[in-house]
Amino acid sequence: MAVDTAAYREMTDEQEAIVEMVRQFADEQIIPNAEHYDHEDSFPEPIVEQMKELGLFGVTIPEEYGGMGLDLTTYAMIVEELSRGWISISGVVNTHFIGSYLLMKFGTDEQKEYFLPKMATGEIRAAFSLSEPEVGSDVQGIKATAKKGEDGNWELNGQKMWVTNGLGSSVVFVLMKNDTKADPPYKGMTCFITEKEAWKETGEGDFKGLNVPPKIKKMGYKGVESTELVYDGYKCPPERILGGEEAGLGQGFVQMMDALEVGRVNVAARGVGIGQRALELALRYSQERKTFGKTISNHQAIQFKLADMATQLEAARLVTRKAARMKDAGERSDLEAGMAKLLASECGKYCVEESFRIHGGYGYSKEYEIERLYRDAPLLLIGEGTSEIQRMVIGKKLLQRHKI
Amino acid sequence: MKICVLVKEVPDAAVQKRIDPSTMRLDRGGEKNLNPFDTHALEAAMQIKEGGAIPVEEVVAVTMGPSSAVRALHKAVALGADRSVHLSDDALAGSDVCATGYALAKVLESESPDLVLLGQQSDDGECYTIGAVVADHLKMPSLTQVIQIDVTDGKLRCERQAEYGYDTVEVELPAVISVGDAINEPRYPSLKAIMGAKKKPLDAKATGDVGIEAGSVGEGGSKTKVLGLNPPPAKEAGEIIEDEDTNETVEKIVAWLDERKLI
Ligand SMILES: Cc1cc2nc3c(=O)[nH]c(=O)nc-3n(C[C@H](O)[C@H](O)[C@H](O)COP(=O)(O)OP(=O)(O)OC[C@H]3O[C@@H](n4cnc5c(N)ncnc54)[C@H](O)[C@@H]3O)c2cc1C
Ligand SMILES: Cc1cc2nc3c(=O)[nH]c(=O)nc-3n(C[C@H](O)[C@H](O)[C@H](O)COP(=O)(O)OP(=O)(O)OC[C@H]3O[C@@H](n4cnc5c(N)ncnc54)[C@H](O)[C@@H]3O)c2cc1C
Repeated sequence: MAVDTAAYREMTDEQEAIVEMVRQFADEQIIPNAEHYDHEDSFPEPIVEQMKELGLFGVTIPEEYGGMGLDLTTYAMIVEELSRGWISISGVVNTHFIGSYLLMKFGTDEQKEYFLPKMATGEIRAAFSLSEPEVGSDVQGIKATAKKGEDGNWELNGQKMWVTNGLGSSVVFVLMKNDTKADPPYKGMTCFITEKEAWKETGEGDFKGLNVPPKIKKMGYKGVESTELVYDGYKCPPERILGGEEAGLGQGFVQMMDALEVGRVNVAARGVGIGQRALELALRYSQERKTFGKTISNHQAIQFKLADMATQLEAARLVTRKAARMKDAGERSDLEAGMAKLLASECGKYCVEESFRIHGGYGYSKEYEIERLYRDAPLLLIGEGTSEIQRMVIGKKLLQRHKI
Repeated sequence: MKICVLVKEVPDAAVQKRIDPSTMRLDRGGEKNLNPFDTHALEAAMQIKEGGAIPVEEVVAVTMGPSSAVRALHKAVALGADRSVHLSDDALAGSDVCATGYALAKVLESESPDLVLLGQQSDDGECYTIGAVVADHLKMPSLTQVIQIDVTDGKLRCERQAEYGYDTVEVELPAVISVGDAINEPRYPSLKAIMGAKKKPLDAKATGDVGIEAGSVGEGGSKTKVLGLNPPPAKEAGEIIEDEDTNETVEKIVAWLDERKLI
C-alpha cells in the first residue's frame, strides 16, 4: 500500500517545481559547461542570459517591481541547486540578491522604483563592496571616504577590494566613511548606491572617477570576476545615499550588517550545494573504481566517508533552512544565520575534500569535476565573514542571550 | 485551432522501476514526474502556437491518472498549456493500453481538438501505442515518431523517424501525432510560469462526465491479462577474440558472424 508522505514534506508544490526546474537547468546547462568557463576564467554569458529569462534575478524582488516576491527559504533552495552545478553561477546572483535586499529594506520609494524593475529582469546587475586591500573582517576599519561637496554631491575616494561582479555590474552598493572621527566608528559610515556602465573599466561622464582595474586572478571561483574598484573623485548625488540623505547618512554599517545576515544564509546554501555535488561524485566514483578485487564502495573505510559526508550535509541543510525560515517568519535569526554559514561552508569544504580523497589520483586530474570543486569550496570559508568571525559572532550572541 | 496534448505522470527516471508480482502492475511509488517525451509534445504545440503560421486559440493538456497526476498537469501548464483536463476515477484503475486509449479518446471527443499531440512512448509502460489507439477511436489519421512538424497551407508536413531513414508525410487536420525526442529542445518553465500554474483552469472529469462506458475500462474492461512475469534473459558472456589487429583477426570475426548466418 502506498504511504502518504505528504505530512513529512517540507516543501510547497511550487518550491518542489522550482527546485526540479533549477536542478534540471544545472544538470543540462551548468554542469556540462562549467569546465569550459572555469578553464578560460571567462564569464558564462549564455547561462546567465537563460537565467534572466527564467526569472532567477528577481526571485525575492516584490511582484509590484516585476519580481517573483518569493521568500528567503525558496531563494536558498534555488541557490543550493545552482551551487550544486557551479558556485560561480550562484556568485553571479548572490551580490545582486544582497543589493536588492538593501533596496527593498532600506531604499526610498524613488530608489526602489528606479532600480528594482531593471534588477528583477537582470537587465542590470548589482555588486556590493565593503572590503578593502587592508580591511576585510574588521569592517569598521575601512578607509574609503565620502565628503560632501559644495554642489551638494558626495565625492567618493578610496580603494575597494574583492568586489564580486565588480566589472559586469551596473550598480555597486559601497560602504564609505562619511565621518572619519565618529566614535564609535560605525556611526560615521554610509552606504552609497554608485552607478556605472557594465563591463567598462574606465568611468566616463556621470560615472567619472570610478575605475575597475583588471580582475584578480583566483585559485577557483572562476568565471565570475572579482575586482578592485578605485573611487577617485566619483560624484554621487545625495539621493543615491541608501535610504536618502536624511535617513541614510551614518546608517551604512547597520544596513550592510543586516544584509550580511541574509547573505550568510545564501553562502550556507552554497556550501550545501557544493557538498551535495561532491557526495554525488563520490557515490558514483566509489561504485566504479575497483581495488583489491572489489569496488572501493565495498571497503568499509570508504563507506564511512560517504556516511559522514551525507550526515553532515543533511545537518547543514536543515540548519540553513531553519535560519531562512526564521528570517521569513520575521524572527531574529542572526545567531542561526551565523551557525548555518559556519556549519555549511565547513561541511562543503569537508565533503569536497573527502570526495577528492575517494577519487584517488584521478581527483588531482583536471579530467574530473572534483578537481574544480576542490578549488572552489574554500571561498565559502572566507566570503561573507570567515569561520573565525562566525564563531566570534555566535559566541558573543550566545553570551548576550544567556547572561548570568 | 485547438491543440490537445496528452501527458502522463510517470515514475522519475532516477527511480528503479519494478513490477508488483501480486497485482502484476507497475509499482508507481516514489518520485514522479511528467513523462519526458510529453514535454517534447508540449513544446511542439507551443512552437506551432508561437510560430503563427496557423492561429492557435488554445493548448489543452489532458491526462488520465490518480490524484497525484495533478502535478504533471501543473507542470504542463507551466510549460505553456492554457488549461488542463484531469480524467480520474477509481473505475479506470488497471486499464490496459486499449482501455486507456479509449478513455482518453472519450475525453478528447468532448474537447474536439484539431490536433492531438503526444509523446511517442511513456517512460514506464513504454507501449508506444496510445497514439494509434486514440486515433482509431477518433477516426483521425495517426502519425507516429514524428521529429519535425511544419505548417503549410493549413496542413502539416511531418518528418517521421522510420526504421531506415526518414519519411516525409503531409497530413490534413484533424490528426493525432506522436513525437520523438529529436523534435525539439523543451524549454524550462520560468519561475513566473511555475508560480502561475495553479491559477490556470484545471477540469476534473470522472468517467460519467465524458460518456465512458464503465464496462470498457478498468481491470474488468481490459482485454489483456498479464499471466506471468519473467525477467529478460541475462546477457551471455561474449566471445573475445584476443589477437593483434591483423587480417587474420578480421577473418576470424567474419567466420564467427558467418557461422551464425548474421552476414
Ligand atoms: C573570491 C572572493 C570574493 C569576495 N567578494 C566580496 C564582495 O563581493 N564584496 C566584499 O565586500 N568583499 C568580498 N570579499 C572579501 C571577503 O569578505 C573578505 O576576504 C573576508 O571578509 C576576510 O577579510 P580579509 O580577506 O581582509 O581577511 P582578514 O580580515 O585580514 O583576516 C585574515 C585572517 O585573520 C582572521 N581574523 C581576522 N580577525 C580576527 C579576529 N578578531 N579573531 C580571530 N581571527 C581573526 C580571519 O578569520 C582570517 O583567517 C571576497 C573575497 C573573496 C576571496
Ligand atoms: C509490464 C507491464 C504490465 C502491464 N500490466 C498491465 C495490467 O496488468 N493491466 C493493465 O491494464 N495495463 C497494464 N499495462 C499497460 C499500462 O497500463 C500502460 O502503460 C498504459 O495503458 C498506457 O500505455 P503506455 O504508458 O505504455 O503508453 P505509450 O503508448 O507508451 O505512451 C505514449 C504516449 O501516450 C500518452 N499517454 C499514455 N498514457 C496516458 C495517460 N494515462 N494519460 C494521458 N496520456 C497518456 C502520453 O503522451 C505518452 O507519451 C502494463 C504494461 C506493462 C509494460
